Amino acid sequence: MAATLESMSVSPDELKVRIESAIPGTRAAVSGDGHHFEATVEGPAFAGLSRIDQHKLVYDVFGAELGDRIHALSLKITATEDR
Amino acid sequence: MSDPATNEMRDALKSAIAENPVILFMKGTPDAPACGFSARTVAVLESLEAPFAAVNVLPDPRIRQELSALSGWPTIPQLFIDGELVGGCDIVMEMHETGELQRLLGVSGSAGTAMAEAPAAASAAEPAPLSIENLL
Repeated sequence: MAATLESMSVSPDELKVRIESAIPGTRAAVSGDGHHFEATVEGPAFAGLSRIDQHKLVYDVFGAELGDRIHALSLKITATEDR
Repeated sequence: MSDPATNEMRDALKSAIAENPVILFMKGTPDAPACGFSARTVAVLESLEAPFAAVNVLPDPRIRQELSALSGWPTIPQLFIDGELVGGCDIVMEMHETGELQRLLGVSGSAGTAMAEAPAAASAAEPAPLSIENLL
């Protein structure tokens, strides 16, 4: 079942692309081992939001995959001033 | 569809959050954390000597399910202070570094050393406010 195994593991690049395309103007750097990831994310979309809401914005990109397919995603988020 | 068992779980979580000024939902227990993120969060709270209630989400999967539905936060650990979700491990670490966590908890700043001083002497010297103020 190569297809199943393939779909279980996630590449850091996939996370980067999904974050950047889901949240306009955002730049992400992601590293990880296929299950646990660390992401540094910055963009104007985070300006004026509480930390909780900043993290939720990124979590929402992945929905139920978090804690499941993506076992853990550690975030460092920076709001940038202008676009 | 409202399953009575689900409602019961949600009510239990709500009252636990309301009744405990500082409550941490984690994997494992403070003495035996079952996940690195939970372990780090416990370590920060313990380093600040902040009393906290801890709930292990592992024994019953419904705890985690209902907690996330309630808080809108998908992952564990989750720290609540004064009934409000503060965040998970990343946010707790960041707020510890900036001193926001200490303010929110009503404990003195960076000082492990200050915390080690005799509390009796300290409280005699100055009228220390004992109640945790609502800083929100």
